[in-house]
Amino acid sequence: MTIGDNPSKPLDISKIRAKLDGSKGPQYWKSLEEVAGSEEVQAFLEDEFPNRAPDWLDPVSRRTAFKVMAASLALAGVSACTKQPKELIVPYVRQPEDFLPGKPLFYATAMPMFGGAIGLLAESHLGRPTKIEGNPDHPGSLGATDHFAQASVLDLWDPDRSQTVTRYGDISNWVNFVAALSSARDVLALKNGEGLRILTETVNSPTVADLFKTIKENLPAVKWHVWEPAARNTVTRGAQLAFGRAVEPVYHFENADVIVSLDSDFFSHGPGHVRYARDWADQRRIRTNITHSPQPKQDRQEGYQAGPAAPLRNQAATHSEEDKSPSPHPAQVQAEGKPLSEADQNRMYVFENAPSITGGLADHRFIVKASQVGQIAQSLAAALGVAGVQAAQTGTPADAAIAMVAKDLQAHKGRCLVIAGDFQPPEVHALAHTMNQALGNAGKTVAYIESLDANPVDQVESLKELVGDMNGGKVDTLLILGGNPVYTVPADLDFAGAMKKVKLRMHLGAYDDETSLLCHWHVPEAHYLETWNDARGYDGTVTIMQPLIDPLYDGKTVAEVLTIVAGKPDQSAHELVKGYWQGRHNDDADFTPFWQTSLHDGIVKGTASTPVDLSAKAPGSIPPPVQGFEVVFRPDSSVWDGRFANNGWLQEMPKTITTLTWDNTVWVSPRTAEKLGVGNEDVVEIKASGRSVKGAIWVVPGHADESATIQLGYGRSRGGRLASGIGYNANAIRTSNALWVIGADLRKTGDSWRLASVQHTQTMEEREPIRIATLAEYKKNPMFVNESEPVVPQYLTLYPDYKYEGYKWGMSIDLDTCTGCGTCVIACQAENNIAVVGKIEVRKGRHMHWIRVDRYFHGNLDDPELYFQPVPCMMCENAPCELVCPVAATVHSGEGLNQMVYNRCVGTRYCSNNCPYKVRRFNFLLYSDWYTQSLYGVRNPDVTVRSRGVMEKCSYCVQRINSAKIEAEREERRVRDGEITPACAQACPTQAIVFGDINDPKSRVAQLKAQPRKYGLLQELSTRPRTSYLGRLTNPNSEIEKG
Amino acid sequence: MKIEEQEHVLPPPVDPGPDKVIGPGHDFVTVTEEISNVVLQPLKKTPKEWFGAFVVAFVVMQLLFISATWLFYKGVGVWGIMIPVAWGFAIVNFVWWIGIGHAGTLISAILLLLKQDWRTSINRFSEAMTLFAVACAGMFPVLHTGRPWLAYWLLPYPSSMWLWPQPRSPLIWDVFAVSTYATVSLLFWYVGLVPDLATMRDKAKTQWQKVIFGMLCLGWRGSARHWSRYQMAYLLLGGLATPLVVSVHTVVSFDFAISIVPGWHTTIFPPYFVAGAIYSGFAMVLSLAIPARKWFNLEDLITKRHLECCAKLMLGTGLIVAYGYSMEAFISWYSGDIYERFMYWNRITGPYGVCYALLITCNIALPQLLWIRKLRLNVKFLFFMSLVVNCGMWLERFVIVIVSLHRDFLPSSWGIYIPTKWDWATLAGTVGFFLTMMLLFMRTLPAISIFEVREVLHHLEKEESPGLEVVS
Repeated sequence: MTIGDNPSKPLDISKIRAKLDGSKGPQYWKSLEEVAGSEEVQAFLEDEFPNRAPDWLDPVSRRTAFKVMAASLALAGVSACTKQPKELIVPYVRQPEDFLPGKPLFYATAMPMFGGAIGLLAESHLGRPTKIEGNPDHPGSLGATDHFAQASVLDLWDPDRSQTVTRYGDISNWVNFVAALSSARDVLALKNGEGLRILTETVNSPTVADLFKTIKENLPAVKWHVWEPAARNTVTRGAQLAFGRAVEPVYHFENADVIVSLDSDFFSHGPGHVRYARDWADQRRIRTNITHSPQPKQDRQEGYQAGPAAPLRNQAATHSEEDKSPSPHPAQVQAEGKPLSEADQNRMYVFENAPSITGGLADHRFIVKASQVGQIAQSLAAALGVAGVQAAQTGTPADAAIAMVAKDLQAHKGRCLVIAGDFQPPEVHALAHTMNQALGNAGKTVAYIESLDANPVDQVESLKELVGDMNGGKVDTLLILGGNPVYTVPADLDFAGAMKKVKLRMHLGAYDDETSLLCHWHVPEAHYLETWNDARGYDGTVTIMQPLIDPLYDGKTVAEVLTIVAGKPDQSAHELVKGYWQGRHNDDADFTPFWQTSLHDGIVKGTASTPVDLSAKAPGSIPPPVQGFEVVFRPDSSVWDGRFANNGWLQEMPKTITTLTWDNTVWVSPRTAEKLGVGNEDVVEIKASGRSVKGAIWVVPGHADESATIQLGYGRSRGGRLASGIGYNANAIRTSNALWVIGADLRKTGDSWRLASVQHTQTMEEREPIRIATLAEYKKNPMFVNESEPVVPQYLTLYPDYKYEGYKWGMSIDLDTCTGCGTCVIACQAENNIAVVGKIEVRKGRHMHWIRVDRYFHGNLDDPELYFQPVPCMMCENAPCELVCPVAATVHSGEGLNQMVYNRCVGTRYCSNNCPYKVRRFNFLLYSDWYTQSLYGVRNPDVTVRSRGVMEKCSYCVQRINSAKIEAEREERRVRDGEITPACAQACPTQAIVFGDINDPKSRVAQLKAQPRKYGLLQELSTRPRTSYLGRLTNPNSEIEKG
Repeated sequence: MKIEEQEHVLPPPVDPGPDKVIGPGHDFVTVTEEISNVVLQPLKKTPKEWFGAFVVAFVVMQLLFISATWLFYKGVGVWGIMIPVAWGFAIVNFVWWIGIGHAGTLISAILLLLKQDWRTSINRFSEAMTLFAVACAGMFPVLHTGRPWLAYWLLPYPSSMWLWPQPRSPLIWDVFAVSTYATVSLLFWYVGLVPDLATMRDKAKTQWQKVIFGMLCLGWRGSARHWSRYQMAYLLLGGLATPLVVSVHTVVSFDFAISIVPGWHTTIFPPYFVAGAIYSGFAMVLSLAIPARKWFNLEDLITKRHLECCAKLMLGTGLIVAYGYSMEAFISWYSGDIYERFMYWNRITGPYGVCYALLITCNIALPQLLWIRKLRLNVKFLFFMSLVVNCGMWLERFVIVIVSLHRDFLPSSWGIYIPTKWDWATLAGTVGFFLTMMLLFMRTLPAISIFEVREVLHHLEKEESPGLEVVS
């Protein structure tokens, strides 16, 4: 029986469906086969898949091909799914025809953050986004990301996300919402939209900006307010103060030899911070052409020389890793490295009140109160000869250094940079602009582009206006699109109280939070990975963001709501974004290639903003410093302003400076703590402008005295199982006229609050896990890293060495460029399905991170140096863990990997005891979430999810190694350098972590291991670690006494 | 005149003093009667102290079952272990219990080969003590693994994957050592029991006693041939068990000595551990013997001589342990290695310094009082001392395991181990289990070796009046 007798008749799927419906089992398959074999289907397929041409020639394969295609076609036809609108997304690397289960696809998108956006590649396994990588083509990423981007994929799968539209708390739907909004809008439209207010966060999406323009045209009286608790408001206002227009500075660290940071933590946040870290690091990296060949010193008495002193053997006495592999060809290394005498790196001065990761890498760090940075700026500007500025004394050691800093800057005119912090007042920014101008940096190390913000108003004023109008009864309908103002608005404005006076309140947000509780309507906001949008990067480059998956729930975007307000029909995000770009595109004919290329690349070519030439004016006056005790507000490094409060990965991420998780604290200096009579975990009450809040103290060496730093983003009451009840709410004492620093009183309460820290000992305790030298010392003594802990010579062991002849995997971590940002920790967690254990378990010492960033304070407790050290598995050639496992659950591969075999582990934990680096993590309880369904999606299918009772540790991302090896084997070649990048190395903004094949003399890692600065952690234990470090160098100004 | 018809009056259970191993007025029959009465007397006649102790021990033992059940259900995280201290109470208890067992084997085997008469009253129950201590110890390797249902992978069985345990790991050596120890101890104890079980069968008062003892004694007739073979077997087993006294705890000490952790990685551990084991073992022997002899009126069979010998051995091994401690301290300084030096300094001055101070007090300072003879012969003091030493030896393992682990090479991974209630409950539970088993043993099996005491009696009488022949 055939479906149709006439081959030229078009194929009727419904008939096929009808035929197959109702048949079961063997009858079903028989019918299917008949269907597949029918001539009609075959003809249809011939038309549909003409590119199967090569198969036509071979009759057998032709038939097979038909059968397969027909079967799948028929099956597609009989599945009872609703017809989805066609929205074509374009993958970055491979076209859909190559779709293979088990092989991930990558799609370019971007994550809006910090008022800009960072270009990303999202990895999709079988249609599920599981991992975020940087987009190598995006100028703001260059392949790297920050930890917020890494963790954002978990937010997509968050089980606590809003899932439906709600009205008065009851389930409703989008259609009803549209109806309500439309009717409200129509009523207000009679008065040109008066009474309708829209509150958004910082918008930089061209599509959304265009929609607002339309709204303004149609409803001129509608007001657009902007408020974001940690937006770069002061940057914009500073530019307006200095230049008279809202511009965004774009920095070029690759051209800067001397950098002065005025409380600017530019490694941590800001739209370009990932790029800036990379550019800075590129000017920091030292590669010399001396190879690493540590000799056992003749005069040492440590007993490492058995018997008579061994003759100096150039090759044999080297570290075992070099032994069996040919040392890098000198020509190769010379091409990469410079002679030692020419080694040079940039120099950074940081003025800040609390230690930051930028301060950690400073060559000179000056501790001043946050409110005194303005005076520092004044003094520096005066020293640089900026007109109309007087020097001001802070009374700290920083004052004495200003002259020398200015001298250093002037010696590098046009190749230096003064950068003001995002949370310093606009006057400081203006001063920074004048200084850069005086130093001739404009156009070289700093350029000015049009503000990324589509509506660069003073956000505080905008907010105040809204609150004032709400209180005055002028607001009929309030649309809150994104953000959580009830939680984030400073306490003096009482947003919740004002909002209650509004007749109709509608909220678009990702979570059912403090704001949606007080709104009539709540619409779930779609996550950026599941919808269409567009955004600008730090230099203005636009990325058209494409989804990787259909919205999991009923999520909508800001644009989809605005289009209703604009009076346009209800359109999907895809239609809106595409429609906008189509409208901008003059020539319809080549829109499709433009669209496809933009989606594929992740950037819209030619949208980087052109810098403008401006001249800066000094501000009239600088806000005076806070007299007495100051409290400084800062967004938290893990949850930012509270938007990530329900993200387990971020909550559990140790904050670099304090190594705390799951809480915010009140940072004070050791002297302040002593004065207050408090220590860690003691609760203090902070009183400022008639309000108070209580928080736990954390003593931070290197913090300014008479100053405390508190973090936003905690103390929330609603928003998911993790968001509420953690930490204290700093917004309770924040005021609209003192957003970032306020005078306050601290008082001990006598209570205590348990905190969960992952590192209990903050100093190196007379050991030297981190080897440090100044650049000058390095030049004199290139082998400084091996002085304290010698390399154990090869000949001391009785065992013959194993010859690693194939691949020899190794890793090099450059401590000189590691900023301690912790992105590697989250990247590893995302890639390897690492569980979140919760505060109680972290407090017990059971956190599960496979790579950790150790942070040591060094030197004077009141003014210490900070050092960071990422510690993954060392993959010891002589692994202490392998020796003691009773069941051979940890073994060594022929390529040098120490392999953890989860299904063999019985959990005796001897391996953890014997690991001197303590990089092994044990599942003491069932930490992996076995039951929450939505979290199944975020897991990487290439990595086992571990159950209770097994040990786990860094595997050098063996799943990536194996997939590259398989690919290379299929192509009958060797794996090339750069094909395998572990998650940590890929995410690192400064590329401090490098992985590769040591047996390949041209690989980056082999060359890095040949550097004289290279050492192994605890190498004198003879573990022979494959993960090696490059010693940290500092570049202090010899004229300033203390570093 | 048949024995069973004779009316034998048992001499009063008075301690004859530190010079004699047996009280006066004993002959073969009285010895047999005194020991077997403990077992064969009707239930109502059991001393009430035994009942009291049994109830307490039984209740405490339930803690073990509850803790183990909760542990299997939730996972090893119910204990206080973490990174870096991944071994906590479980391993401390394991080593402690195994150590305790060593005294039993030393008394049974080594003192047998050395022909020490005074061993005969205490060897049976100290061997039982070994068995139960090893049973307690053996629970911990299973309890403490993350996946205890797979703990059998540590055994060398031909798996379908042909994957054997990894023989370079000291934990596998432990498996062999401890299982050998358990097997040999069980055999030795059981073989030693056989003639006495026959005696029990002969003296049994009820039918079921007769049947059970009859089955257990494997058909012992007490013929000359039986005895001659028996002596050889017993000596051989003694010879087999003797090296175990040294080897088992040496292998257990390898768990630590083989690793690289400062505080563990030291060659003194094998002799130090063995000495410590014997030390704690004798302390436990005293802790058990002193109440038992009182409740069951056995003071004339377990005399002050036995107690004093135990005390002297305790003192002797305690001095070896003290030497071990001082050598550890000296070498850690002498090595010049910063990690070793820090390790010892941290033991004394670090967060667990109190444990170290207690340890020195219990293990070294207080036991020096045993030099004083008067105190050695004071039974109450000896009991107190034995408890002190037991605690001290537990603390020693605590200091070795936990204090060494909590601060090793990299300061960033230093941490603090805090035991949870389940840690304590499991420890208490095993103590309850041990005491329950010991109490049951004492009530159901002859706690003193009847035939060996008879042998000693015979030797003593021969010494006193060489010409006289005792007809029994």
